[in-house]
Amino acid sequence: MTMNRRMFLGTTAAASAVLSAPSVLADGHAKPRVVVIGGGAGGATAARYIAKDSEGAIDVTLIEPSKAYYTCFFSNLYLGGFKDIEDIGHSYGGLAATGVNVIHDWAVGVDRDTKTVTLAGGDTVAYDKLILSPGIDFVEGAVEGWDISAQNAMPHAFKAGSQTELLKAQLMAMPEGGTFAMVAPPNPYRCPPGPYERVSMVAHYLKANNPTAKILIADPKPSFSKQGLFEEGWNTYYAGMIDRIGPDFGGANVSVDPAAMTLSIDGEVTNVDVCNVIPAMKAGRIAELAGVTDGNWAPVNAADMSTKADPDVYVLGDSAQQGDMPKSGFSANSQAKVCANAVRGALTGSRVFPAKFANTCWSLIATDDGVKVGATYEATDEKIAKVDGFVSTTGESAEIRKATYEESEGWYTGITSDMFGNAV
Amino acid sequence: MRLACLSLSVAASVLCTTVAADTFGDPVAGEVVFANCKACHKVGPEAGNGIGPHLNGLFGRAAAGLEGFRYSRSLQRAGSNGLEWHADTLDAFLEDPRGYASGTRMSFRGLKDQEERLDVIAYLRGFSADPANFPEADPTATATDHDIDPEILAIEGDAEYGEYLSSECTTCHRADGGDDGIPSIVLWPEQDFKIALQAYKNEQRSHPVMQMIARRLNDEEIAALAAYFGSLEN
Repeated sequence: MTMNRRMFLGTTAAASAVLSAPSVLADGHAKPRVVVIGGGAGGATAARYIAKDSEGAIDVTLIEPSKAYYTCFFSNLYLGGFKDIEDIGHSYGGLAATGVNVIHDWAVGVDRDTKTVTLAGGDTVAYDKLILSPGIDFVEGAVEGWDISAQNAMPHAFKAGSQTELLKAQLMAMPEGGTFAMVAPPNPYRCPPGPYERVSMVAHYLKANNPTAKILIADPKPSFSKQGLFEEGWNTYYAGMIDRIGPDFGGANVSVDPAAMTLSIDGEVTNVDVCNVIPAMKAGRIAELAGVTDGNWAPVNAADMSTKADPDVYVLGDSAQQGDMPKSGFSANSQAKVCANAVRGALTGSRVFPAKFANTCWSLIATDDGVKVGATYEATDEKIAKVDGFVSTTGESAEIRKATYEESEGWYTGITSDMFGNAV
Repeated sequence: MRLACLSLSVAASVLCTTVAADTFGDPVAGEVVFANCKACHKVGPEAGNGIGPHLNGLFGRAAAGLEGFRYSRSLQRAGSNGLEWHADTLDAFLEDPRGYASGTRMSFRGLKDQEERLDVIAYLRGFSADPANFPEADPTATATDHDIDPEILAIEGDAEYGEYLSSECTTCHRADGGDDGIPSIVLWPEQDFKIALQAYKNEQRSHPVMQMIARRLNDEEIAALAAYFGSLEN
């Protein structure tokens, strides 16, 4: 914490110097500067790898408003009671110890002509290369009756932390035999199996604590990730509890009333006790403000994750429109390493190796019943293209499913160490 | 085959002289249990260190007591605190390796079945009874059963490229060698690392994620990864 504040003060002093004489510092600064916005799976990994591998040759600044970062991956396991909220919380001390300047503030503007980032506090930070990894924001008006001011009555819980805790509190407060509703998002969105793992975890909680409760899903998609595996699990563990209304039955024609706590599907109004609204998504707002988006997402070049709009601005993870990779923490982490290698090469002449990407998404359906889907990818001229893949199969043995869950726990420890380094 | 007979006869004599029958396992059954171990641990006349230390002469050996094998700090500490391998300490270690030595790099969840532990300990006892019969070989690490072209295994890896490629591994496998549901892969002898990845690539090993990852690594890339992971500091 002290480390962070010292870093923060140091950087602030430098930033105000930039304000008074930006051209001198930007041109005359001894070291190349990388600024990373967003400290999640993409941004934290990129900042850490550039700082670690350049061994001080590059100034790396990470701008992230939260001092405690809660991973969206594994947040469903908190809802299901398999993890505590502390288990999915991480600090930035390990990154600071690696030499990353960590600034806890909001980035509110990017000037690509002067190559500076403006912070909510008023300071500016100069960059030679800018990496944006801001996750997701929601498309306004995507679900009739819902906007961000309704997120306390009807949480999205698709940015982990207080939203996740709120949803859990609402789940625990449900009346006996009540209804938990979910408005599922249209493609593309963060974590394709996420809503359905969440349904599994909510069902797991309800089965033990409120077994006559129901789960109602309004879904605009005709099919979803790992559908066969989830439906097999729902039949096995939670028979009769879960009702999913797909687009054929009006699942895409939905409105909500947060004040009345009602959900309308194709005109039929249902009173609900909890309503988890997961609206359509778009790139994190700073990508739009930087002018690197086209529509909802930021198109990037597959070889190094640089944007189509600006070769000195890179976009990682959920915000990027890159081709075949799903929007996941694993994908963002994978893209970050390709990007870090390319950025370091461009700034210091270090060796640049060909892009290789991979993703695996694990989901927990019930106790010791884990499933996974994954693929490898390569960079082509047009996009990140899928090379190869696998998915768990229905009817697997309990032993395999348990091993898959244990593997996911190992992965969680692995990826969070890879993102944040070892905390000090 | 000669090895199995020899170890059996040695173990059998031990059975008659020093250990009560009801607390001593069956070395023949133990050889079957040892199949869980032999991807990493070797025994017998040709045995050298591989991913794990060889287990000839294990009984009476101090923990982390073999020269030339890079043990975890956890086992080094245990050894300098006086831990020696005997039937009782092996039994406790094998029941829950990580519970017994929290920092061990042995990626094995343990043998919960006491009979299996006694059997495999009996099997291993056969390789300690008369070390003179099992001359220590140089660590050739010929390891697992495989038919990989020696020329492929002889490729010298580019460790710097391996470091870049390793970033794909460290999403799951921890760079500090810790292991929690996903095996440790640091500090393996280069040959064993190459053999393991080649075995995933040609589907002799069965894990679907690893098969997928290994399928798109060419022989130079596998050698590069082996060179990098083999070069890490403890």
